[in-house]
Amino acid sequence: MGNSIFVRNRSVPVFIAVLALVALGVTFLSPAYGTGALSVSFTKVLGMTLCLCLAALAMDLVWGYCGILSLGHFAFFGLGGYMIGMWLMTARTEAVIRANLAESPIPPTEAEVSQATALQIFSVVGAEDWPWMWAVSDSLFLSLLLVVLVPGVLALVFGWLAFRSRVTGVYLSILTQAMTLALSLYLFQNDTGLRGNNGLSGLQNIPGAEAIGQDRLSVWFFWASALALGLGYVGAAWLVSGKFGNIVRGIRDDELRVRFLGYPVEVYKLVVFTLSAMICGVAGALYYPQAGIINPDEIAPIASIYLAVWVAIGGRGRLYGAVIGAAVVSLLSTFFTSGRAPDVDLGFYEISWIDWWPVLLGLGFVLVTLFAPRGLAGLFDYVVRRQDP
Amino acid sequence: MSTLLEVNGVSVSFDGFKAINNLSFTIGLPEMRAVIGPNGAGKTTFMDIVTGKTRPDVGTVRWGEMGHSLLSMSEAQIARAGIGRKFQRPTVFEDQSVRDNLRVALKKPRGPFSAMFDRVTVADHGRIEEIAVEIGLSDHLGRKAGILSHGQKQWLEIGMLLAQDPKLLLVDEPAAGMTTEERNHTADLLKRLAQSHAVVVVEHDMEFVRRLDCRVTVLHEGSVIAEGSLEHVMGIERVIEVYLGR
Repeated sequence: MGNSIFVRNRSVPVFIAVLALVALGVTFLSPAYGTGALSVSFTKVLGMTLCLCLAALAMDLVWGYCGILSLGHFAFFGLGGYMIGMWLMTARTEAVIRANLAESPIPPTEAEVSQATALQIFSVVGAEDWPWMWAVSDSLFLSLLLVVLVPGVLALVFGWLAFRSRVTGVYLSILTQAMTLALSLYLFQNDTGLRGNNGLSGLQNIPGAEAIGQDRLSVWFFWASALALGLGYVGAAWLVSGKFGNIVRGIRDDELRVRFLGYPVEVYKLVVFTLSAMICGVAGALYYPQAGIINPDEIAPIASIYLAVWVAIGGRGRLYGAVIGAAVVSLLSTFFTSGRAPDVDLGFYEISWIDWWPVLLGLGFVLVTLFAPRGLAGLFDYVVRRQDP
Repeated sequence: MSTLLEVNGVSVSFDGFKAINNLSFTIGLPEMRAVIGPNGAGKTTFMDIVTGKTRPDVGTVRWGEMGHSLLSMSEAQIARAGIGRKFQRPTVFEDQSVRDNLRVALKKPRGPFSAMFDRVTVADHGRIEEIAVEIGLSDHLGRKAGILSHGQKQWLEIGMLLAQDPKLLLVDEPAAGMTTEERNHTADLLKRLAQSHAVVVVEHDMEFVRRLDCRVTVLHEGSVIAEGSLEHVMGIERVIEVYLGR
């Protein structure tokens, strides 16, 4: 298979090998299957990091390759989380209700169970009936379908409107910010059906897997996240390594030239934007069961900006750059903002890393821009060039 | 020779400035035509109108035997209908290899899914090699287009035009930045193309136009002021006036 993607894009076999090694390493250090050097919560952090890497990969497709600086991609990530979250909450709550009602002398009807479940979920926002958007929340299959369909359709409609009007550059970035802000504000309202600012919680309890325990589940989710990232990487590399990739990079560098070659530029942008939104949806659906909770704050505009910063720090237009950027920055962020980093007492002032992390990140961004304009991954170029002149 | 493109009574103004004023222009297949005129005569705007980049305020632009209007078509649709364009400033994909530039231009289905599953067939490969020989870039196929010289980029763009295989080629200042030898080669190439294509060349360099040895259309302030052989138009007083100033 001389034409295989593993041969055509040299980063693919290396990436898969590194990812497999990391997965093995985490397994051997995990509490359930190995030495237990890693805690359950840290295993989850690592799994979540892989999901963020997948989202960054999707971001690199639209920004690094197609030149569309979307500052609203976390909306798709969050929507993926909400879609799977509805099923998780429904199934889990229903199981608890059934267990409670099993004691009662008269067996409950299905309608009673459904009503009690709805009351349990929605009483926090003063409602007791199922909102329309929970219509398929009892079906895992349909919920999984929505994980890709809802972000996909939103991206398709938004992209169609924006690209058709030839909105580009900073104007498009502002529109995408507006999109994620609008969605976030909408979800913050209590009566929109997704529990307002309470969000969806208890997502770490996987229905039907109560007996398994979080120590094993955390490793399983890590594996699933690694698998998704690996598949996403191979798929993205395949997409950008062929003629499609040439055209998309052409759109980034000289949109007019591509147009005058007869290519429907808008359709290409739409395909890339929608695909990348769907990948983000999958990443979100894997992330939030590990995080345990999702609320509208997750899709605030700043989250999408962070996503762009990760890709910029890692290095645009090379796939592994996005992954490296997301992994390094989000892990550092966890380290500094979760209290793991010891505060430094200077006598007259105490450096609290939670407050200083944004400064550190900003400084890092400036340094990378100045001294490694191609990002952290761009530094590999020097090594590779030395090997084969 | 049949009429390929017919531009009739076209005007367009930008903020009150009439860039094109009641312009009419016809070209057949095959034919070579040179369009000359001083700066601001509307040569590039004329190309913008034909390729769909600019919509005229009035007038018609008809294409092919059936006389389809180009005015309701997008740039990409017009390009697919068979109009290829080389820009004044060479525009190639600098970040990509010469081979990939030509591959993207090759006449093949333009949809995203065709592109995803596209494979370079033996025929494609042969065509790319053939064009590379024609434009003198055989030894540079693997290099990035960005490191080519200005003249080589011009040629690469002409090569992309060849790969696109259009019926009508709009070529804006092809000889700019080329050595005399390269200019001669370019003129010969365009002349050979004109045996089976319609070719419109916008050029400032009279020596180059003379070498093309074709009908000349002179534009001034957005209108055609003369048409005929180079000797004929250069003998018209109005043309001399426009070119030399009064």
